Amino acid sequence: MKFGIVIFPGSNCDHDIIHVLRNVMHQETIELWHKNPLPKDFTLDDWIILPGGFSYGDYLRAGAIARFSPVMHDVVDFARNGGHVWGICNGFQILCESGLLPGALVRNQNQQFICKNITLKVANDNTSITRGIPKNKILTIPIAHAEGRYIADKKMIDQLLANQQVLFQYCDKNGAINQEANPNGSMHNIAGICNDSRNVFGMMPHPERAAEEALGNSDGRLLLESLLQNALV
Amino acid sequence: MKFIAEIDVMPLKELLDPQGKAVASSMKNIGLATIEMVRIGKHIHLELQAGTAEEAEKILQDACKKLLVNAVIEYYEYEIKPA
Repeated sequence: MKFGIVIFPGSNCDHDIIHVLRNVMHQETIELWHKNPLPKDFTLDDWIILPGGFSYGDYLRAGAIARFSPVMHDVVDFARNGGHVWGICNGFQILCESGLLPGALVRNQNQQFICKNITLKVANDNTSITRGIPKNKILTIPIAHAEGRYIADKKMIDQLLANQQVLFQYCDKNGAINQEANPNGSMHNIAGICNDSRNVFGMMPHPERAAEEALGNSDGRLLLESLLQNALV
Repeated sequence: MKFIAEIDVMPLKELLDPQGKAVASSMKNIGLATIEMVRIGKHIHLELQAGTAEEAEKILQDACKKLLVNAVIEYYEYEIKPA
């Protein structure tokens, strides 16, 4: 099993996740330049990560142009064949724009770029990236975005909730999900979702920025540990 | 044959437009309190080559649906005419 991190022009969290996977989690990690096709030795055991950043300067809409980068054709095929794809922040926006995840991420309700630690509750603890998180654990993970307000039509929101496709919700320190704990105005405080087949994941918070004790917070590592435990089963 | 298109892309009416709301609320600061509502979108000017007006319109709609507009959050209106 290995990880492929896609690098778009304007990605800026690519080396954060590469560092965590290579040097903290000791995983084989390769860089995938967006203009190249997926390497031939990439198999369905491997994971693709779309990192955070401002691909193509967020021109038109965040993620709208990256979606048509040459590598994305292969990423979409990989996901449709059951391969695991995980988008963080801008990666989540790209997955929504590409149709691999439903809904859209629009300007934060307060119009501001928000960069701070938030608290998260796991809404579905039965996916690759959440299964290993201790029950009732409130995760502290930073967000850093201007377009993070998750929206979808009512039918889609109902479907996400009914299918348990909501992975994370913004909550307060005690785990209460309310408007005060909602940093960006996302519907139902949604911070992360997965697709119906549970192989495509998207989230606005940055677990790769909270994966080492040296940084004062390693809650984000719980997601990566969960992923690796599941991959080894 | 060259065609020129003018496209307006707007946030869906049922969606909160925080940018428009912030601008609307600042109107009273400049003495224009009668402006009650502002919604902000994008205007796109596009020039293209096509054999016929029908073909030009088809290309334009394709561009809107595939890239220029995200139908989950936006709608669009356009005018297209020969240059």
